[in-house]
Amino acid sequence: MTETAFRGSGSITQHRARRRKRRPLARPALYLVLILGAIPTILPFIWLLRSAFMGSGQIFISPPQWIPHPWEWSNFSGALTAVTFGQYFINTLIIEVFVVIGTVLSCAVSAFSFARLRWRGRNVVFAVILTSLMLPYAVTLIPTFMAWQKLGAVNTFAPLIVPAFVTAGGVFNIFLMRQFFLTIPYELDEAAYIDGASPLQVFWTITIPLSRPVLVVVTLFTFVGVWNDFLNPLIYLNDSSKFTLALGLASFQSIYNAQWGYLMAASTVVIAPIIALFFFAQRYFIEGITLTGIKG
Amino acid sequence: MRKARGLGRSEQRWGLIMAAPAILGFAVFTLVPMIASLFFSFTDWTIGGSFSFTGLANYRHMFGDDPLFYKSLTVTLYYTLGSVPLILIVGFLAAMLLNQNVRGKSAFRTIYYLPTLVPSVASAVLWIWIFNPDVGLLNSILKNVGLPGSKWIYDSSTAVPSLILMSTWGFGNAAVIFLAGLQGVPRQLYEAVAIDGGGAWRKFRHVTLPMMTPTIFYNLVTGVIGTFQVFNQAFVMTQGGPNNSTEFYIYYLYQTAFTKSEMGYASALAWVLFVIVLIVTLLLFRNARRWVYYEVGAAR
Repeated sequence: MTETAFRGSGSITQHRARRRKRRPLARPALYLVLILGAIPTILPFIWLLRSAFMGSGQIFISPPQWIPHPWEWSNFSGALTAVTFGQYFINTLIIEVFVVIGTVLSCAVSAFSFARLRWRGRNVVFAVILTSLMLPYAVTLIPTFMAWQKLGAVNTFAPLIVPAFVTAGGVFNIFLMRQFFLTIPYELDEAAYIDGASPLQVFWTITIPLSRPVLVVVTLFTFVGVWNDFLNPLIYLNDSSKFTLALGLASFQSIYNAQWGYLMAASTVVIAPIIALFFFAQRYFIEGITLTGIKG
Repeated sequence: MRKARGLGRSEQRWGLIMAAPAILGFAVFTLVPMIASLFFSFTDWTIGGSFSFTGLANYRHMFGDDPLFYKSLTVTLYYTLGSVPLILIVGFLAAMLLNQNVRGKSAFRTIYYLPTLVPSVASAVLWIWIFNPDVGLLNSILKNVGLPGSKWIYDSSTAVPSLILMSTWGFGNAAVIFLAGLQGVPRQLYEAVAIDGGGAWRKFRHVTLPMMTPTIFYNLVTGVIGTFQVFNQAFVMTQGGPNNSTEFYIYYLYQTAFTKSEMGYASALAWVLFVIVLIVTLLLFRNARRWVYYEVGAAR
């Protein structure tokens, strides 16, 4: 967000602090603290899973038991059939596909223009667009909602999908991609232009293939963002047949608010895909967060 | 005819065409709605109803006789002041630990990061259960070690602290950013301190801390802006209660707009929040000059 303020940090990242010799006692103590820190982090997950697999008799026993006996899969089948989680899942995936494609394409094209084409007013336009990062979403929420309502698009996926195709909500991605595009040697573009290529061709055949890391990062973070989004589906989707997983889970919670086995099973189903995605693409996740923090 | 850069005059046209999604998106989904909500904030618009100009009436009502406005501001500020420093401290300590050359470092990093991946609605549902006063995780642990339990989110005096505690579970994001910052501290600086006979504290105080101030500042600003806009916990976990003790600003705005359908007043609330966020951010940036260390050339 604050380009000037953090310009300094990038140049020094190559140097890594190497380790020095330590006192013999320091090491076990270090592990102890690391493990002690990991316990409260991990405990809620264990609590989630143990509750998801427990029968209603065992779940309320005090003091609590940690190992389900027997392992009860019925919470999952019960929760997933009590409301139409399958439908929520499909709805979420439909929105995901459109928003991810729309965001990646529109942000990449725009970032290309800001990074690799020279045009009058470019820097001013870029700076103005970046200011929207500071804007609380509440400021645009109400008129945007009123407009979608006027268009008769409330209770459709359009208000959730269409903005992605014009980079709305993804301005930070433009910034990330621009930073990445700037590192690609301009001679590559130039050679293509001399061969008669158009900027669109250069973008598609040179810049995009060379930008895999940043494209993966933006894809992942957009995917997670849509998966977690609650306020927008809450405002725009009324019929439960249109609900996303996050909205469906919240409404499920308000109805089955004492069925803890069901609730934990349903939560597990909503959480698991994101955790799986993380383990699958951990390197890119960490890279992405690091990019946002350091270069941001 | 081609110029040195190979594109010639068409570059201007192509630049605008390819930046069109961003320009259009900014105009349609940021600029116009911003101006519209400022406009609506001077009206008494409700959903479906007609509206008339009421001048500054919304703002006069807000600052003059709307206790919920002040309540929601206080609650939000309370949450920010509790959550942000806690996450910064815990995240920084975790990053310091992870920055040591330990085996299984990436496993620990993964464990610390996992909670931030949990979708906030799922995390809210999970934590309602953890906060359960009868058989929840926290009270069970407290009972086990002989401490009295708490009513957590079900008591107006402990509701916000409970949500702050819950937010600390997500320290992993700050930790990963801090870790990247720590790995960027040039090791010559540590060696210089060592040559001067400085120990671990000196290294921390005179190298690590100053070199980390830009990263601390980044996490501070994003943390403050983020906590100002807390909504999901209030909606899913507490519905603003008990006794309005978790009536967060955005939650109040949401109720005003979508429950009471007072769009004009909600727009005024949104603009006041915008101005508050702007002022706080500017103050943070001004204050940053005094404590944030920038390398030569980046400093103003």
